[in-house]
Formats: sequence, C-alpha cells, structure tokens
Amino acid sequence: MGDGMVTIYLMGKAYSVPENLTIMKAMEYSGFQLKRGCGCRGGFCGACATVYRIKGDYRVQEGLACQTVVEEDMYLSMIPFYPAIKKKYDIEELEPETNVLRQLYPEINRCLGCNTCTRSCPQELEVMDYMNAAIRGDIEKVANLSFDCIMCGLCASRCPAELVQHNVAILARRIYGKYILPKARHLAERVREIEDGRIEKEVDELIAKDREGLEKLYNERDIEGE
Amino acid sequence: MSYPDMMRAAIKKVEETRKKRLDETFSMLSPEEKKELLENFHPDYRDDAFREVKVGANKGQSLPHEVVDILEARSRIDPDSFSLDVDREVDVLVIGGGGGGSSAALIADALGAEVLQVTKLRMGDANTMMAQGGIQIADKENDSPAIHFLDVMGGGGFANKPDLVKALVMDAPEVGKWLEDLGYMFDKEEDGRMVTRHGGGTSRKRMHSARDYSGAEIMRTLRDEVQNREVPTIEFLPAVELLLTEEGSCQGAVLYDLETEEYMVIRAKTVILATGGFGRIHVSGFPTTNHYGATADGLVMAYRAGANLLFMDSTQFHPTGAAFPEQIVGLLITEKVRGLGAQLVNNEGEQFVYPLETRDAEASAIIRECEDRGRGIETPTGMKGVWLDSPMIDQIHGKGTLKKELPAMFRQFDRFDIDITEDPILIYPTLHYQNGGVEIDASCETRVKNLFVAGETSGGVHGKNRLMGNSLLDVLVFGRRAGRAAAERVREVKFGKLSLDHVKDYNRGLEEGGVETDRVSPMLLPDYSAEGSF
Ligand SMILES: Cc1cc2nc3c(=O)[nH]c(=O)nc-3n(C[C@H](O)[C@H](O)[C@H](O)COP(=O)(O)OP(=O)(O)OC[C@H]3O[C@@H](n4cnc5c(N)ncnc54)[C@H](O)[C@@H]3O)c2cc1C
Ligand code: SF4
Ligand code: SF4
Ligand code: FES
Repeated sequence: MGDGMVTIYLMGKAYSVPENLTIMKAMEYSGFQLKRGCGCRGGFCGACATVYRIKGDYRVQEGLACQTVVEEDMYLSMIPFYPAIKKKYDIEELEPETNVLRQLYPEINRCLGCNTCTRSCPQELEVMDYMNAAIRGDIEKVANLSFDCIMCGLCASRCPAELVQHNVAILARRIYGKYILPKARHLAERVREIEDGRIEKEVDELIAKDREGLEKLYNERDIEGE
Repeated sequence: MSYPDMMRAAIKKVEETRKKRLDETFSMLSPEEKKELLENFHPDYRDDAFREVKVGANKGQSLPHEVVDILEARSRIDPDSFSLDVDREVDVLVIGGGGGGSSAALIADALGAEVLQVTKLRMGDANTMMAQGGIQIADKENDSPAIHFLDVMGGGGFANKPDLVKALVMDAPEVGKWLEDLGYMFDKEEDGRMVTRHGGGTSRKRMHSARDYSGAEIMRTLRDEVQNREVPTIEFLPAVELLLTEEGSCQGAVLYDLETEEYMVIRAKTVILATGGFGRIHVSGFPTTNHYGATADGLVMAYRAGANLLFMDSTQFHPTGAAFPEQIVGLLITEKVRGLGAQLVNNEGEQFVYPLETRDAEASAIIRECEDRGRGIETPTGMKGVWLDSPMIDQIHGKGTLKKELPAMFRQFDRFDIDITEDPILIYPTLHYQNGGVEIDASCETRVKNLFVAGETSGGVHGKNRLMGNSLLDVLVFGRRAGRAAAERVREVKFGKLSLDHVKDYNRGLEEGGVETDRVSPMLLPDYSAEGSF
C-alpha cells in the first residue's frame, strides 16, 4: 500500500495491481485474456457479473467487473454464467392479464421480501419493488421499474427464493410494449402506404437524379425546427 | 476517484467562465474552414496513417495500417493439412450474435430454414447492446422515406449505393412495426404517437428511442425472441474461416471453440456474416466505444474468400469519448449532452468550436485544440482532452434535468465519484463506427455466391459517413433481408465439395505481394494482457 498498488485475490490467488483499475482491467493487468465475463466493457451488457468480499468483512458484495474499482484485499470471482430459468412463450399468444406473469413464473409467489435483490443490483434498480408488482400483476410498474435492467443475473444469483427477476422483467416489458402501450397509428399508416406502392416512386425519382441535382436538393432541403 | 488536484485547477477556469459563456454562441464553421480543418486534423486525412494493401480484391488501395495489418495476415488454420470432415450440416449458418445476426436468424427460422446461429461471446455481447441514441424511421406525417433518403445520401457524401439506401429507408417503417409487435418499449406519447428527436444530419425529427437504452432494448428483445423460438445458437464459438465449394460458392465455415480450443466444421447451404465492426483494432491508436469483440473478423474472412470492401478508408470518430477516469477511456458520451447545451471548453476556459458541428469536424477541432494549439488538459496518465461542460445543462434547463435526461451517463460517472451535474467531463475523440465494409447488393449477397453480409460488417449503405440512428436501422433492415434471401436460396443449393483453396490462393497472393508476416487473423479477441488496456 501507499505505492499505488493493491493486492487482490482472483479466485483465491493473490495479484498486485494498480489501485485505480476496474476489476476487469486489473484481471488483464494480471495477465488474463478474458474470454467469458467481458462484453461491452461499459456497463451495458451484463456479461461481467462479479461477487467479492473484502478481507475481514463477512459480507459478500456484488458488482460489474467493468465498472467496479479494485480495493485492497478484495477476494473476487466472476459469475459469467448463471443457470437461471427462462420460460419460452409465444408473444402473439399471451394476454396482458394480471396473472400472466404468475402463470409463467408461478414461483414468484415465494418471494420472502428480503430485499437482497435490490441491494445486489449494480444498476440500483428497485428490484424487490418490481417483483412485488409482478406478484400483484402490475405489468406496467414492472416494465417501468425494470427498464434499465442489463440482465446481469446478480439479483437472481443471490435470491434466497431462487427467483429469476430479470427474466420476469423482460416478459413484463415485452407484454407492456406490445399490448399495453398504445400502437403508433402513424407508423401503421406509413407501412400501409408503402405496401400500397404509394411511396416508392418518390424515392426512385431521387435515384434517377444526377449527383448535382441531388446535392442541390439536399442543400436546399428545409429542416424541421426544434 | 474524483478529479485529482492537477485537474481541479483546470476545472476552476471552466467554472470562472461558465456564467459568461451561458449567453455566448460560438460561430459555426464555414464550408472552407471545415474543409481545411478536416484535411489537417481528421485521422482519415493523415497520409502516415495509411498504406497500400498488397493482396485481395482491394489490392492497391490505401487503407489504415491497422486494417491492412489484419488483411495481410495468415489464416488461423493451415489450409494444406486442415481436415474438412463435416461436424454438422444446416441450411443457414448465421455468424454473429448482435442485432444483425439475431434478426437474420429469426427471419430465416420463420421461413422454415434450419438455422444455426453461432457467436464469439455471449448472445448480445455486441455493439447493438450499447447504442443509446436511437433509430431513424420516417413514419411521421411531415416526413417520408424520400426525405430520409436525401438525408442519408447527403450525410454519406453522396457516395452511398442508392439501391441500398432505398432499401434502408423503405423498409424502415416495417422494421418499426416489427419491433412494436415484438414488444419494444418505444418512447411514446399518451396516445401512442412516437416521441421523435433530431440527430446529427436529420432534416426531420425522426430519431425513435427507448430512453437511453435504445440498442439494449432491441438486443434483449431479439435475444429473448431467439430463445422463445428455440433457434439453435452456440456461444463462445467464433468463425475463423469461411468454406467455399470448388465452384467458389460459400458453403459453411470453420468455427473455433474458445474454451476447448477445438475446431468444428459446419456445412451450410447459405452463410450470413453479421460480425459487426472494427473498433477494437484501434485505428491510429484511438480508444473506442465498441464492445470487446469488435475486431473485424467478418471483414477478414469475407475478404479472404474473395469479397471486396467499400469505403474502408473512412472511419467514424465520435468527438466525445471519455478521457477520464482511466477506467472508462473511450466510452461514448452521447451527443445528447451537447444537444442539451453543454459546450466544449479548452484549458483556458474558452469555447473553441460550435458544439453541434458534424462529428468529423467536431472531432478534428478537438484534436487540433489538444495536439496543435496545446490547449488540452492532461490527465495523470498523460492523456489529453478538453472539457465538456455538463453542469451547464441544469443551469439552462433547470435543476434535475441532467439526471432525468441522461440517467445512464450520470450513473456511469457517479460510480467514480464524479458528479457531472457539478463538474465537467473530460473528453477526447474515440473510434466509434466502421463506415465501410464488405460490398453487398440489396439482398445482402456479396461477390461470393451464397455469402450474405449484414450490419456494420457491410459497406455501401452509409457511404463515407453514417448518421446516428441509421445503423440500428441498418442492422435490422439488412439482417432481415439477409435472413429472407439466405432462407429462400436454400432450395436452389446442392452441397458441393468443401475446400480451403481460397486460403491457399490468398497465401500465394501474400507472397506475390511481397508480404512477409507471421500475423494471424481474424483477431477474435484483443489482447490487453500484454500492453495495458483500453
Ligand atoms: C457505444 C455505441 C453507441 C451507438 N449508438 C448508436 C445509436 O444511437 N444509433 C444507431 O443507429 N447506432 C448506434 N451505434 C452503432 C450500432 O449500435 C452498431 O453499428 C450496430 O448495432 C451493429 O450491429 P451488428 O449486428 O452489425 O454488430 P454487433 O451488434 O456488434 O454484433 C456483432 C456480433 O458478432 C459477434 N462476432 C464477432 N466476431 C465474430 C466471429 N468471428 N464469429 C462469430 N461471431 C462473431 C460479436 O460477438 C457480436 O455478437 C452505436 C454503437 C456503439 C458502439
Ligand atoms: S431477493 Fe428474492 S426473495 Fe428477496 S426480495 Fe428479492 S425476489 Fe424476493
Ligand atoms: S435487476 Fe438483476 S439482472 Fe437486472 S441489472 Fe439489476 S441485478 Fe442485474
Ligand atoms: S462488460 Fe458489459 S456490463 Fe461489464
């Protein structure tokens, strides 16, 4: 310590690494070429779920390897894969009813209300709240509360009731997006216009123009205001 | 990990001038100034960053060193001794687990083809997952595919292939409908109207979004659907070489299990390549916004099989990549930050460029400020950057705006104890997008028969410069087209004798071109264990 280095334990083995690195970069610094547990490197994909414990502390904490900075005496292990259950369904056949989440994932009723999921979420989502909403059948609430979920699976890996929060959540979001959010009428109308062949001609006329003509049209096009 | 003292002093200057700058507008570049700026400072114009490629369909063309390096390299397998005993036969082999590959797999599967989708990392470990801004669709009353067409052509410098642009803009509404029907959570008004915004180079507000997780919402929805439809997929199984028949049509690929390090030979009637872009080859040493697997593998494989490349001499640098803290260098700071009023400021606390120039000009101006004028701010690791004055956002639009409009961004910095509502963000241009790629026709077929390419690996649709929001659209439009064309082609194809002669020919080409190298490609994974990472 003091020399800008810290000691971390990758799956139990000690390595000395610069103190400001993320767990991911610390592993690379230590000579690992990552295969699993590394995707976007920017906190978007959930590939790099990691659990760790600081020496002397009994608590196990959770984080994303690409977003969490190493600490002195950190014992860590990645969970690049977690055998979470994922129900198959035909989105066309589902009905947006209050019991649809419970029908596919009846085990959600087993939630103990322990809040471990919320505490472990690296996105700081109110996971337990959305699970409660799921039990009540409030699809809209599940969809909105879980929207920033990157499906890292950390909540599921820690849940004492063995629930799969993120898979329940994506089901809710898809039902919400498909059945509950009103359809965009202007979008359907545009699709119809194209199918009826009412649009193609305008584009073909542009294609027929020479470069100069096209450039002129481009430079003179009007731009919608803010 | 908040700002160290050496940077604190520089931040003071930004704070001192903030009030004055609030009513200051920096003038836009004139066309002449812009031209001069680009020619002097854009990495695409730096002669020393390029060299002639000596082998393959684009032989003689000048391309960035890093691209030439992976093209002028040897196969991972020895074509003379490699056994082509077939491990598995399918109709359509889809290579890539991003937006392009997944939409292709879904459509081919729906058309009844027997599909196998393989990917290098996990399904969804892909650039598609990272897109924040949105997707362009001309679906509003004041907009039309023709207007969209003109924007795309103008943005691309009129170098785009018009038939591809037509496909892009004409299919866009159908793609929007497809997403809506799959349950994509578009940002909508109460009555279902799409919330749409401008993006760089749009003449209509046509950017559709799902908060600032637009790409993630596409990727997780498609991935869920691929799983629901039980399309066979295998992860951590990248392709390393395509297989041709003796007649020269594509009929499969050699795959490599990253974990067991064993090879696998797949014979397929048609092949779809959707392996994404090239950020991780770090053109001109730039950091990148791209995901870990963006190593241009598809480009290399298609090129070795005889396909040709378009516009690989133009690279899109995003002007605002994070330059501090070190942990997130290169990470995208979305255009929206500038859209909401944050200015770019140098070490004197002064503006030096209009914040919403086109990406190429904006990036060049930042490079000039740091490299030529010496007005950058240095970080403890010696990297230079300029300030993006994010605290202005709340001052202009009211407290709380930044957190509400940019939750992902706020969280990103908060993790490192930097509060971007209080302190500015240090930025430097970052490698963002592969403008060019493998030439395709409107059904995604390449020069190599039965080889289809979709998404960022392909070239032509965006000309020399892609506009934001058109690549999420691109991967879905052409992913679907590739899926359809490849599935329909299956009926006409008879299996032939598999061969690696094209690899032998390519090796001969290397020798004839005088290339002596022990480089090996595709790269598959960047190696950050040796040199320190980006
Ligand atoms: C940070 C960021 C923000 C962006 N924002 C926007 C935006 O707002 N709007 C927009 O339109 N576009 C945006 N883009 C661009 C857009 O996201 C991408 O161009 C697009 O998603 C590419 O999709 P793809 O399917 O072609 O490639 P990807 O999504 O990158 O998928 C490629 C897949 O191929 C796999 N693969 C790679 N090599 C191999 C191999 N050898 N064998 C097998 N599989 C392989 C990869 O692992 C990956 O799964 C953004 C990009 C980034 C990086
Ligand atoms: S961790 Fe599991 S049991 Fe505990 S609150 Fe969350 S869902 Fe319920
Ligand atoms: S809700 Fe669960 S899966 Fe989603 S981001 Fe939080 S911890 Fe990860
Ligand atoms: S690598 Fe994607 S979230 Fe960490």
